[in-house]
Amino acid sequence: MRTFRIGGIHPEDQKLSANVPIEAVALPKQAIVPIHQHVGAPAQPVVAKGDRVKVGQLIAAANGFVSANVHAPISGVITKIDTAVDAWGLPMPSIFIDADDGGDEWLETIDRTPDLNRICKLTGEEIIQKIQDAGIVGLGGACFPTHVKLTPPPGSKAEVLIINAVECEPYLTCDHQLMLEHGEEIFIGISLIMRALKVERAIVGIENNKKDAIELFRELANRHFGIEICPLKLCYPQGGEKQLIDATIRRQVPSGALPIAVGAIVQNVATVYAVYEAVQKNKPLFERVMTVTGKNVTRRGNYLVRFGTTLADVIEHAGGIPEDTDKIIAGGPMMGRAVINVDMPAHKRTSGILLMPESESARREPVNCMRCGKCVEACPMGLEPFLLIQQAERRLWDDMERNDIMDCIECGCCLYSCPSNRPLLDYVRLGKNTVGGIIRARSAKK
Amino acid sequence: MKKLIISPAPHAHTDNTVQKTMLNVLIALAPAYLVSLYFFGLGALIVSLTAIVSCVLFEYLIQRFLLKGQNSVVDLSAVVTGLLLAFNLPSNLPLWMIVIGSLVAIGIGKMSFGGLGNNPFNPTLVGRVFLLISFPVEMTAWPRPMNSWNLFSSYIDAETAATPLGILKGEVGELPNMMDLLLGNMGGSLGEVSAIALIIGGIYLLVRKVITWHIPVSVLATVAIFTAILHAANPELYASADVHLLTGGLMLGAIFMATDYATSPMNNRSQLVYGIGIGIITVIIRVFGAYPEGVSFAILIMNGVTPLLNYYIKPKRFGEKIKAQKVTK
Repeated sequence: MRTFRIGGIHPEDQKLSANVPIEAVALPKQAIVPIHQHVGAPAQPVVAKGDRVKVGQLIAAANGFVSANVHAPISGVITKIDTAVDAWGLPMPSIFIDADDGGDEWLETIDRTPDLNRICKLTGEEIIQKIQDAGIVGLGGACFPTHVKLTPPPGSKAEVLIINAVECEPYLTCDHQLMLEHGEEIFIGISLIMRALKVERAIVGIENNKKDAIELFRELANRHFGIEICPLKLCYPQGGEKQLIDATIRRQVPSGALPIAVGAIVQNVATVYAVYEAVQKNKPLFERVMTVTGKNVTRRGNYLVRFGTTLADVIEHAGGIPEDTDKIIAGGPMMGRAVINVDMPAHKRTSGILLMPESESARREPVNCMRCGKCVEACPMGLEPFLLIQQAERRLWDDMERNDIMDCIECGCCLYSCPSNRPLLDYVRLGKNTVGGIIRARSAKK
Repeated sequence: MKKLIISPAPHAHTDNTVQKTMLNVLIALAPAYLVSLYFFGLGALIVSLTAIVSCVLFEYLIQRFLLKGQNSVVDLSAVVTGLLLAFNLPSNLPLWMIVIGSLVAIGIGKMSFGGLGNNPFNPTLVGRVFLLISFPVEMTAWPRPMNSWNLFSSYIDAETAATPLGILKGEVGELPNMMDLLLGNMGGSLGEVSAIALIIGGIYLLVRKVITWHIPVSVLATVAIFTAILHAANPELYASADVHLLTGGLMLGAIFMATDYATSPMNNRSQLVYGIGIGIITVIIRVFGAYPEGVSFAILIMNGVTPLLNYYIKPKRFGEKIKAQKVTK
């Protein structure tokens, strides 16, 4: 069994909520829908205060090509377009919808039947257009608009589609459960994307801790032409785009380049499901499956959540915040962000909510670096975190650039593996942001 | 609701700590220590306890009264330094010399640079080489391994004997046979004699992922190849590779001293170069130099080269070599 070739760590996988069936969370009375849930320009609101909207109706339109549409997650009346407070206390422009009549009146064009729809007569361009209209973004966490990713720059040609079903983040199980419950739909979605990209070959990378999903997908793959299943040895950060490409097709994306440079396009498995729904069911992206988990959470599981539902409501549905919770994380423990505000709404980026007990929350006191080199061994990009932290502390930005700081994918392997508890990634991030700014300023001057 | 902790990702952390790492090194040193207790008796116990106690004490005093920093003794690194220093000393060395050696090792070798991780040279070897140069007679009068268990004479009036490397350099004596070389039944410093016990410790370190194979293997392979070539050229003048591998401080140096975190390079590529350098310098000193043994000097010299290796030899970056590969199945 294969994995990527440089670095990597093995955190405990802690898939506590594995095999818990997906359950829908009750609709919120008020949905707070941020207009900027993706990478790129914020969407432009197309509704006004007092308008009545149905579920799935466009409420904010993409502003430019690298941007994404936003749709109403509940039916009701727009009460205001104002700023909400995001998970870190920063303002977040949002559209507020108050539910009426239960708030679940859908647009008539959306096919709500559970029947599989295998037939698609659309051309590749039409599929991409539908994906763009539905506001689909990468649901693995980056939230990069999917239609942009499916439109390779002129001169480059995709050879292979790689489906990211790795879910290497500890604790998270939403993709796993989605695969078990909606395998057929995902395969249709893969075929649709293959048609959109005009590629003949797709590889689904699944980590070996999801044996039931591997088995199910192998069976399905027998009935679908050109789709292969590639089981992968457990190793974090295998779900990183570059790592996954290396693991599945043994090609390394050069520094600073996009996966298309080696002929690959990577899509997350949850995104693929959203594509199926958008293209075959006319359903835009206004809800997603997220994992609510933690050692002491009573009803941990995988929940289907409408965007705009507050994290507090979702947690309440999962049994409430346990007594000893000291940290609430949006996402997984490796790359998720600790939130200060549980009243922020869930949106496209929220792949999970992790409630961490006291014993695990606090960082340990840093001590001297003993130069053991564990961070160098762990870095999946082959960087030298111990050196970068020294240079960031001394503000040696040029030296950091020479040491390839911009290649860092912020996976957290260095900080995870440090026996001295050095704040490696914090300083690396500081350096990466600063160096990135310097590079942008330099190229703007030219 | 109570206050939440906010910190940047990642929120998970390895169980590994400095203390655990040092504890693993101590466990790995245990087999060799037991062998030395067997061969050198009370002498080994006295020397090692003196070295450990004085190293820990000096680190504590310097940290407390000079650096005024956090108490760093709990990380066990001073215990490792003390035990390794003892491993490099003859088992009948006067106590006051051991205390001086510990002071040099901890005070000059380690704490003067700011403590754990900041020292450019291996503290143990700094202490050892200081003693070797200052007290050459005492430092090279190695007791003969005891033939019978006589605890009390083993320290005070131990019989001394030439080491195999001394014999190669012209001292009077007879080379031990292969079995004695492996088990450690020969004259030498306290902890360096038993190759088998040291290798067991080395395997433990590899299994617990405290060290990687790169440094020990490159050191030993280089010495083996270099001496094998010399032996092939003139078997009468130069000893064979196995004698060189199993004698002196080579095993101890390759497995425990050269792999010292702070003073060895940070990535696998540069570690190989570092190991090859140690191997070459060791053989040159042993065969052509004035001293019978050269591992300590070789490691210290390569310690000095380590910053350059770190600067010029980078780890293999992701995407460094883009091979024109077909999509593999």
